Amino acid sequence: MISKIKSCGLIGIDGYIVDVEVDTSNGIPAFEIVGLGDAAVKESKERVKSAIKNSGYEFFSKRLTVNLAPANLKKEGSAFDLPIAVGILLSMGQILYEEIDDHMIVGELSLDGTVKPVKGILPMAICAMQSGIRNFVLPAENADEAAVVKDVNILPVKHLKDLIEYFNKEKPIKRHVIDIDKIFSKNTKQRFDFADVKGQENVKRALEVAASGAHNVIMLGSPGSGKTMLAKRLPSILPALTFKEALEVTKIYSIAGLLPPKTSLITTRPFRSPHHTISDISLIGGGRIPKPGEVSLAHYGVLFLDELPEFSKEALEVLRQPLEDGVVSISRVNASLVYPADTMLVCAANPCKCGNYMDPEKQCTCTPSQIQKYLGRLSGPLLDRIDIHIEVRSVKYKQLEATEPTESSEKIRERVNRARAIQLDRYKDTNIFTNSQLEPAMMNKYCKLDSKCRELLRNAFEKLGLSARAHNRILKVARTIADMDESEEIKENHLAEAIQYRSLDRKFWNV
Amino acid sequence: MSDIKYWVWLSSIPSIGAKKAMELLKHFGDPENLWHASKNDLIKFKNLKPVQINQILSSNYRDEAEKHLENMHKHGIYLVRWKDSCYPEMLKNIYDPPIVLYVKGKLRNVFRMVAIVGSRRATTYGKEITERISYELARYGIGITSGMARGIDTCAHNGALKAGGYTIAVLGCGLDKAYPEENEILMNEIISKEGAVISEYPPGTLPKQYNFPARNRIISGLSDSVIVVEAGEKSGSLITANLAAEQGREVFAVPGNINSKYSRGTNKLIKDGACVFTDLSDIIDDIKYTANLNDGDDNILVNNIINKLEGNERIIAECLKNEALHIDAIASGSGLDMNTVNTLLIIMEMKGIIKQLPGKMFKIK
Repeated sequence: MISKIKSCGLIGIDGYIVDVEVDTSNGIPAFEIVGLGDAAVKESKERVKSAIKNSGYEFFSKRLTVNLAPANLKKEGSAFDLPIAVGILLSMGQILYEEIDDHMIVGELSLDGTVKPVKGILPMAICAMQSGIRNFVLPAENADEAAVVKDVNILPVKHLKDLIEYFNKEKPIKRHVIDIDKIFSKNTKQRFDFADVKGQENVKRALEVAASGAHNVIMLGSPGSGKTMLAKRLPSILPALTFKEALEVTKIYSIAGLLPPKTSLITTRPFRSPHHTISDISLIGGGRIPKPGEVSLAHYGVLFLDELPEFSKEALEVLRQPLEDGVVSISRVNASLVYPADTMLVCAANPCKCGNYMDPEKQCTCTPSQIQKYLGRLSGPLLDRIDIHIEVRSVKYKQLEATEPTESSEKIRERVNRARAIQLDRYKDTNIFTNSQLEPAMMNKYCKLDSKCRELLRNAFEKLGLSARAHNRILKVARTIADMDESEEIKENHLAEAIQYRSLDRKFWNV
Repeated sequence: MSDIKYWVWLSSIPSIGAKKAMELLKHFGDPENLWHASKNDLIKFKNLKPVQINQILSSNYRDEAEKHLENMHKHGIYLVRWKDSCYPEMLKNIYDPPIVLYVKGKLRNVFRMVAIVGSRRATTYGKEITERISYELARYGIGITSGMARGIDTCAHNGALKAGGYTIAVLGCGLDKAYPEENEILMNEIISKEGAVISEYPPGTLPKQYNFPARNRIISGLSDSVIVVEAGEKSGSLITANLAAEQGREVFAVPGNINSKYSRGTNKLIKDGACVFTDLSDIIDDIKYTANLNDGDDNILVNNIINKLEGNERIIAECLKNEALHIDAIASGSGLDMNTVNTLLIIMEMKGIIKQLPGKMFKIK
């Protein structure tokens, strides 16, 4: 007899329906699983066999064939244990249930029949919703994560036995429901706040500008000047995640298996700071079994690269595409995946190898050629994607002691939100959302300069020794500063401030 | 013309130093005579080691002299012989003057030359003070000698050039290439502005370590006084200072922070009896001296600048009156918003009122 159970596989960050078909027939006892399963899928037969027996049901010696359809897509992981077990029991007549078609089942089995959590539950739940499946049977530990999706009944199970009893209408399973609004409002508080940062007023201002226009940032400063501390606080002034964005971020974390236990939704903007020894693959994602990389994990958040010149050249070069397109595409023979990677890049770098170049108090021990080489490691195309350069200087002890209150992130965020709203409104007929995404062709329309401003800009280029690549970046940042000022036109003072944020283009940094 | 070949040849024999060459010249009268001298003549001279005799007789160096001449022609280098009238008078008085100088640019007689030397790894303080001293001295028509190395030397030449003054760079390698490479622009500027780049080595000589102490004796030899701006404990500038003292030149040291390892050498010089340089009048007491490096007149200038300004620009200029400040300090000192300060600073910078230093520091120009 043939049985058919619906389950779910993952491709990229999306789920797709997998039909688990089980056929039992008389003949020499055997147990085969077909449908391009990996080692974990093949091994599931041992787990399923023991789990069924240890749950108090019978595993008849028959010829069993399990097919995972569509048969041409590779399936991974242990999530098919539970549907296979249910399929076998159904085809052996130990479960009697007609509405089984309206259930999607996933879960890993332990030998004693306990159901263990699996990765990627959220995209599966979304897949169930989109395919119109009303019930989603899943491991109890994953219940919170899936419950975010409305319109699907979340049925958590702890043991195979629970599920069999449910199908046999002996004992119902309680639907798992959570209050999303409550979670959403409760968890949006950020751990770090700008109120903790003493001094550094100019850096804070620059970061506010960056947040307002979603501009990529590089911070230069000697060790201990507070670059990391400042970067960590950047997510706290970015606009709060919308539900849709939160869902997308959570999906990525769910796939990567990085969702903290008991979490249903990631509600704060992610902050990722990979170590500089990271490989190019782990930075943008991929691998034999494709996984999202750090860029995708920082989706809608901040990707912080500390000690930027220490990163391998390959790692930095692969960053260019995601920074441009906001997505990572990974091509494999069987499929090509797309991971979202819309992130704000924040880099920090020492000005030289020893870190003390340009420090007013400490002495730099590098030779001029060492200094030149150090920042020279950053390629032009990468720097082209960074709009704002900030010089950070260590704070004096006196300032640390100061007790005057500093502005909280909440207040800064309000201003950022206002500036973003203006941008959203302006770009509503285009395919961009923020000033940082402005393309050269759009700049003529949105970053018009009057004759006074043009004169100022021309002067700046001549007198300050700015390099040519600065031109468009200055215009974008000036646009953002004008938005923060709620001004329709870019005025002289907006432009002048934007010029201030181009330190690396200045001659003294090129030694 | 052919005479020059013999001089070039003599100067290019590695085992014959300046001192020995001079002795040979005194004995044989002319390099040409030496060229034609037989082995016996050389042995009779007694003061030559076998290696030296071999190298004098060797055809290698004689062939090379031709090549040197060609290179000199190609790079626009000319030769000044010891007996020539344009050979610097001051240099003749030292213990071991070079018998020839390879020159690019113009060797001029200036009524007074001052050497400014110091560490290659200089601090901002050192660089700034060097440029200023050099600039002011050059304005009084004093020529500036230095070694065109990185750091202090570069600033010394730059200062003189900015003032439109005369400057000589003495290299420790051949003149066909600039050393360090990045100073090629500076080298060309010195030549185009009628300064001189000189060396005692024929073109093609590499910047070997042992060439530099020898070069230092020329730097001090050309000058009436030597100012050491910043020198670490083992800096080559200290060699220059010692040589200068031996040559009877006045040695000045610019005092530095006693904590800074870049000033240990200069502070030690002071301890050992060098003159302390704090003021231009230390050097040019016989010239009617009007400007002051440190304060007084400077402040009048700054005040003049400030008085011309209005509104917020004036407030910012007042903050910067006495010292260079970080942008945060300017904002808190002036009580203005960070965005206003950001804007005003860049506008004032473009007007040429203030100057931005690395690390978001600003000062009045």
